[in-house]
Amino acid sequence: MHAIDTEDLTKDYALGFWRKRPYRALDRLTLAVEPGEVFGLLGPNGSGKTTTLKLLLQLVFPTGGRAEILGRPAGDVSVRRRIGYLPENPYFYDHLTAVELLDYFGRLLGIGAADRAARIPRLLDQVGLGAERRLALRRCSKGMLQRVGLAQALLNEPEVVFLDEPMSGLDPIGRRMVRELILGLRDRGATVFFSSHILSDAEAVCSRVAILAGGRLVASGLLTDLLAFGIKGWEVVVEGADTAAIERVRAMAARVTPIAERRYAVELPSTARPDVVMAEMTAVGASVVSINPLRDTLEDYFMRQVAEHVRERQVRA
Amino acid sequence: MSGGRLGAVALSVFRESVRDRVFYNLLLFAVLLVGAAVLVGQMTAGQDIKIIKDLGLAATSAFGLFIAVFIGIGLVWKELERHSVYSLLAKPVRRTELVLGKYLGLAFTLLVNVAVMAAVLYVVLACMWWISPENIRASWESPALDPALLVAFLLIYVQLLLVTAIALFFSTFSSPMLSAVLTFGFYVIGHFNADLKHFETVIASAPLVWLTRALYYLLPNLAPFDVTAPVVHGQAVSPGYVAMTIGYGAVYVAFLLAAGAHIFARRDFK
Ligand SMILES: Nc1ncnc2c1ncn2[C@@H]1O[C@H](COP(=O)(O)OP(=O)(O)O)[C@@H](O)[C@H]1O
Ligand SMILES: [Mg+2]
Repeated sequence: MHAIDTEDLTKDYALGFWRKRPYRALDRLTLAVEPGEVFGLLGPNGSGKTTTLKLLLQLVFPTGGRAEILGRPAGDVSVRRRIGYLPENPYFYDHLTAVELLDYFGRLLGIGAADRAARIPRLLDQVGLGAERRLALRRCSKGMLQRVGLAQALLNEPEVVFLDEPMSGLDPIGRRMVRELILGLRDRGATVFFSSHILSDAEAVCSRVAILAGGRLVASGLLTDLLAFGIKGWEVVVEGADTAAIERVRAMAARVTPIAERRYAVELPSTARPDVVMAEMTAVGASVVSINPLRDTLEDYFMRQVAEHVRERQVRA
Repeated sequence: MSGGRLGAVALSVFRESVRDRVFYNLLLFAVLLVGAAVLVGQMTAGQDIKIIKDLGLAATSAFGLFIAVFIGIGLVWKELERHSVYSLLAKPVRRTELVLGKYLGLAFTLLVNVAVMAAVLYVVLACMWWISPENIRASWESPALDPALLVAFLLIYVQLLLVTAIALFFSTFSSPMLSAVLTFGFYVIGHFNADLKHFETVIASAPLVWLTRALYYLLPNLAPFDVTAPVVHGQAVSPGYVAMTIGYGAVYVAFLLAAGAHIFARRDFK
């Protein structure tokens, strides 16, 4: 059984006031997420990430296709006991405090009073909400609301957690907290399905990703697979090399960038062998400070996929 | 349908609305009523306790209407507008339960509201009785602390429950502005509904007769809920009448809630 399973999931929104015409926000998305995976749904703004999540939680009804969570159709009330959801830019109630909100949601989840009393303060500590937890939610900043949103998503120790842009609105400390939270969820065996348009966030936690553009799935796979073919070369930083030594290396290098006095960054193509350069340098008494593979980042990959998608659409149009 | 979940939703509504406007409303009401009583007392030397009763019941109706319409519409609309419904509906709660729980929460808020207003009115009336001399007391059509007033309050409460259901129903599919206009419209029509029956006798065209008759039965009839006049004049309101009127209100409310929940359960939360 998959943790999350969609087949040809499609959503049209009606646009226009008088004469409604359909606008396809998500186009036949087929995905399967295994239990225990941290799965990233990536794509630029407006690519259909939030729509996908709303369909999975049946906040909107699909135009076509189907969606399942833990083997049950999306919208099944019993399965909601076992999942958590952080909406995009969460907002709650003006006049409740964070503690009251979590207590309310805890009741809906059927968590007993003693459990609620124990779990709520612990969770709020974990998401980094201090004395603000006793403040009416209308006085909370965006970052604080995001933290409350995270806390309510984890209240029932869910098996599957849906997070829509979990890092948005958070400072660097908050982003790290979210990263650790996600890894903690993974370690206890939960499935995490999260959306982001910020790729470095995804790179830090995801095992598998899917990339959406214009409502279509343009790529999906293990992060390592998507990036593996991408070793573009090597960057070798050398120190204590004289001009003559550098000139010899330049023949093999794609680019040589002086960094400081007698210190250079040498960029080698993927066909070159960095150990040869190392040998050359050691022979003339210079030293190699660092060697790094130059990889395709997810960013590059992402930009390429999206650009390709746009080009395809232009060709078709 | 789970009692625990309905209760949790209802409690959150009660908390929200109590912290929102209701208490200011109550305070304003009490001050207004006491002020009016003192004023009237000075002007008429306690002659007309009827005015106080009239005023108290009318104020309860009006303030209750205000709360029922605005909070009733806000219940659903705010939930959608602020997107709080997203995290709420990810919890194991049916959309139908949500609508019902919200309604119950507001019904309880209104109950507290009407009860406090009734208590304030009785306190004011007790003061009037206390300061009035014997001969003036004897001239009153009904006793100061007339228990029949409770019947009037009860029917006002049931009417407010009906108005709340109307507001909730409209807000499941239309904008708050439109919902407010429609609900107030229904309220006004509801009080002149009986005139449609008379209208029927003065028109000749058959389709128009059918239309007015359909409207008469379809639109809520709110006039029976107002028993202020007989109560302040010390005339009895029969238990049968009260039971019939409450029964009518209950059926109407059930109908509106079922329709509202049906719509709410099928709509997209964009
Ligand atoms: N309620 C709506 N009505 C009409 N179009 C919508 C609505 N919600 C989203 N869309 C459109 O659907 C597309 C996908 O939106 P969304 O899923 O929110 O994207 P993302 O979360 O990836 O930024 C966008 O083009 C957006 O404009
Ligand atoms: Mg989004």
